[in-house]
Amino acid sequence: MSKKNWPLWEVFIRSKQGLSHKHAGSLHAADEKMAIENARDVYTRRMEGVSIWVVESKHIHASNPLEQGELFEPANDKVYRHPTFYDIPDEIGHM
Amino acid sequence: MQSALFDYTLRLGDTSLIIGHRLSEWCGHGPVLEQDIALINIALDLVGQAKSFLEYAGEVEGKERDADTLAYRRLEREFRNVLLSEQPNEDFAFTIVRQFLFDAFQYPFYQRLTQSKDAQIAAIAEKSLKEVTYHLRFSSEWMIRLGDGTAESKAKMQTALNELWMFTGELFEMNETDEMLIKEGIAVDLNEIKPLWEQRVSSILEEATLTQPTTTWMQSGGKKGIHTEYLGYILAEMQYLPRAYPDAKW
Repeated sequence: MSKKNWPLWEVFIRSKQGLSHKHAGSLHAADEKMAIENARDVYTRRMEGVSIWVVESKHIHASNPLEQGELFEPANDKVYRHPTFYDIPDEIGHM
Repeated sequence: MQSALFDYTLRLGDTSLIIGHRLSEWCGHGPVLEQDIALINIALDLVGQAKSFLEYAGEVEGKERDADTLAYRRLEREFRNVLLSEQPNEDFAFTIVRQFLFDAFQYPFYQRLTQSKDAQIAAIAEKSLKEVTYHLRFSSEWMIRLGDGTAESKAKMQTALNELWMFTGELFEMNETDEMLIKEGIAVDLNEIKPLWEQRVSSILEEATLTQPTTTWMQSGGKKGIHTEYLGYILAEMQYLPRAYPDAKW
């Protein structure tokens, strides 16, 4: 076998009908077909999923952790963006 | 009739048990982590099928032997698995070719077995068929990938195919057990499975750019309890603990 490693893939699993796909982890595979089969074997053995997405890790663009300040902090002091100022009638219970 | 049914369920159980055990030998040794897990998943499916069949075999026999007793307390000559299932892993190519030749048989076989007049056998076949459908998809995929891969992978696959081919004839062999149970509508007529197997094998080999061996001489014996030298070593490892510590509990 060649020493070259297979590319890395990120795996997203949808656990139940109606819920969105969540990142489950990553794995190595030669192509997308193998990536889905590997994902099935690595991440859905305990009935975790009903749907699998795979995407090659190099295609994921992420925010820069160093820019955390300017990206996320301005939201910190704007509590009015959370709908926490409404009185909810007791009968409604948890929303 | 009961003894034929016992023989038949043993054959099904033993075959799944032994090839499942073979695959389990890859645990921790797979070429990459993902394939290691995939092979072990398949091994677990097969051992699960074995458990169902052996459990039933014990009931049919009526001598209070459960699946564990049948798996761990019988000798080589009492095992009814086909010879293909006990052939060594050698390398990944051998393992894949062995698995593919076996899956290509198991898939149409279980499809027919779901029609068995024996409700228990039909139910086990029904449950196993989903697993086997995936096994066949997995092994076919790898046949094509490695056969139609690099010069090295192709050569390894062709060698494995040539070596294992002589164990494929036995898959379709029938004896008194089959004759009796086919009449009862319990067993599958393997003559009907053969063309389906041949069709599948030749189409995958073609896609994998591998050459179908022309050898016609076939090994035989497993269904009668005559095995290759490999089975003894498998049993020695598999049965060591329950034999050394007969009171051991899971």
